[in-house]
Amino acid sequence: MAATTPLEPSLAAPSGLLASRPRLPRWAVPSTIGFSFALSAVVLFLADSLTIPAVVALTVVLYAVAISVWSLRVEGTRYAADRTATTVVTAAFGIALIPLISLLWTVLQNGARVINFTFLNTNMVGVYGEMTEGGIYHAIWGTILITLAATAISVPIGILTAIYLVEYGRGALARGVTFFVDVMTGIPSIVAGLFAFSLFTLLFGPAFRAGIMGATALAVLMTPVVIRSVEEMLRLVPNELREASYALGVSKARTIFKVVLRTAIGGIVTGVMLAIARVIGETAPLLLTVGLAADMNWDLFEGRMATLPVFAYRQYQQGGIGVDRAWGAALTLIAIVMLLNIIARLIAKYYAPKASR
Amino acid sequence: MSKRIDVDDLNVYYSDFLAVEGVSMNIEPKAITALIGPSGCGKSTFLRTLNRMHEVIPGARVTGKATLDGEDLYGPQVDPVAVRRHIGMVFQRPNPFPTMSIADNVLAGVRLNSKRLSKSQAEETVETSLRGANLWNEVKDRLDRPGSSLSGGQQQRLCIARAIAVKPDVLLMDEPCSALDPISTLAIEDLMHELKSDYTIVIVTHNMQQAARVSDRTAFFNIAGTGKPGKLIEMDDTTVMFSSPREKATEDYISGRFG
Ligand SMILES: Nc1ncnc2c1ncn2[C@@H]1O[C@H](COP(=O)(O)OP(=O)(O)O)[C@@H](O)[C@H]1O
Ligand SMILES: [Mg+2]
Repeated sequence: MAATTPLEPSLAAPSGLLASRPRLPRWAVPSTIGFSFALSAVVLFLADSLTIPAVVALTVVLYAVAISVWSLRVEGTRYAADRTATTVVTAAFGIALIPLISLLWTVLQNGARVINFTFLNTNMVGVYGEMTEGGIYHAIWGTILITLAATAISVPIGILTAIYLVEYGRGALARGVTFFVDVMTGIPSIVAGLFAFSLFTLLFGPAFRAGIMGATALAVLMTPVVIRSVEEMLRLVPNELREASYALGVSKARTIFKVVLRTAIGGIVTGVMLAIARVIGETAPLLLTVGLAADMNWDLFEGRMATLPVFAYRQYQQGGIGVDRAWGAALTLIAIVMLLNIIARLIAKYYAPKASR
Repeated sequence: MSKRIDVDDLNVYYSDFLAVEGVSMNIEPKAITALIGPSGCGKSTFLRTLNRMHEVIPGARVTGKATLDGEDLYGPQVDPVAVRRHIGMVFQRPNPFPTMSIADNVLAGVRLNSKRLSKSQAEETVETSLRGANLWNEVKDRLDRPGSSLSGGQQQRLCIARAIAVKPDVLLMDEPCSALDPISTLAIEDLMHELKSDYTIVIVTHNMQQAARVSDRTAFFNIAGTGKPGKLIEMDDTTVMFSSPREKATEDYISGRFG
């Protein structure tokens, strides 16, 4: 297209040193969208395939072509390229949002129907067949307990490993640790579950079931995520702050704990929350280790426990009323993750370096 | 408080690279010593060896001798952390701790070392240090605002206040004014004049006028070419260095006829 258009024809008629070519009027974008929409609707109607997705898709394509050509004629190649890129990026963003919004909408629609005070505050003891009673109280707390335990295991390990890698580690050991962290990041969750299962089977025999088994499996999945994100955060702390601290006669250990970690704490909290969000919905390793229980079990070290993902899985499998319960559990899980995110943001904001200037 | 530093035949290496070779100099107490020389001749490198800050760079090491009032800085029993408590440092770019208020920045050296301070002691330290850094009047009404809310020149004086709050004997400054405007630069030069009565001061500067204005003694470093080690060419009273230096290279550098 550029080959047939003379390059910068406005230069042929110089009207001043800084004079530029005319721009498209303000109404160009809305009117082109409107025109493309109308044209798509008519064309698709005539083709007898008038559906909303088809109209939207054809509108976007028509708009992209029309605005680019129009802009090329009036504004020149640079502005035309800008408009094409803007359209493509916006469309890509829209496409990326479709599954997310559709998912949230479906879960919200199906989940909101079953969630009420009773559902959130009863467990499944004595609920059989098509009985509509029962709830997810035990699964909510099971998920929270197991995830907290996994966090308690993986966060100290993760932070200390990241400190080692950033502040101390060099040479073969550091390279080795980095390599294995990378490998760990790719471990499938079922493998983590099998690891925890065999570990506790070796220690306590094959019949042993406890929340801590699930927490161990989740910790295996969480640790590399925590290490990676804390590492990033520590590397972002400017060296000048470390030097400022050393120059005041502060030891390296104190510098790390009181200056480096303190400066990075906001990012570290965010990273930990992302790691939690990564594992809180894991089903396979929990199915394998802690299984499911009908009653609330507060003891992490003894007996099966219910968790939201496993509960949802089993209820869905059971079918009937169970499908509704599964949606309710799914919605609750999403709500918990969102809540965690909000809390993380508040903490990160509270600890953020005080606004400058 | 103020102490002298004597350096004898000091070599500084970055791994295998000899960055500074054979420096011997005496740094007098209660005086300002200026280190001048072209970029890359090892002024910063040398300065950092005086409080063992070079040790935080992997592979950096020294041979030779340096003493603080006769006490070996590199002795086997000497803790580098203790050395830095006696020999403070101010950097080129102001680096207040971004998570701390103005007052907490001043107290950082004390607090980070976990020394307990009563409220009145803390207030007194903050006030005397900020007064010592000529910053008190500008910030006394907003001590709990973040240190990064100050202007660049104020931040640099805050860093000086932070350095003198731990009561060092020597103050090392690596181009403390090169990121500042002329007014802030003058404020810091005035401050150096006042600090001189209590501290031994060593300053690296690229600004000839600044060296002439503030220092009592000047040391000129030079480098024969890239990859060659930096060397101390000559050191004398500032008035002598700027009027009748012994070496041709010094004269060329000071008068701007360099290269
Ligand atoms: N961290 C470092 N690692 C390796 N070489 C360095 C490092 N810092 C400085 N150097 C080298 O040491 C020499 C002196 O540098 P520097 O002391 O910064 O000079 P100046 O402060 O006089 O400009 C230069 O050749 C520089 O490349
Ligand atoms: Mg330098």
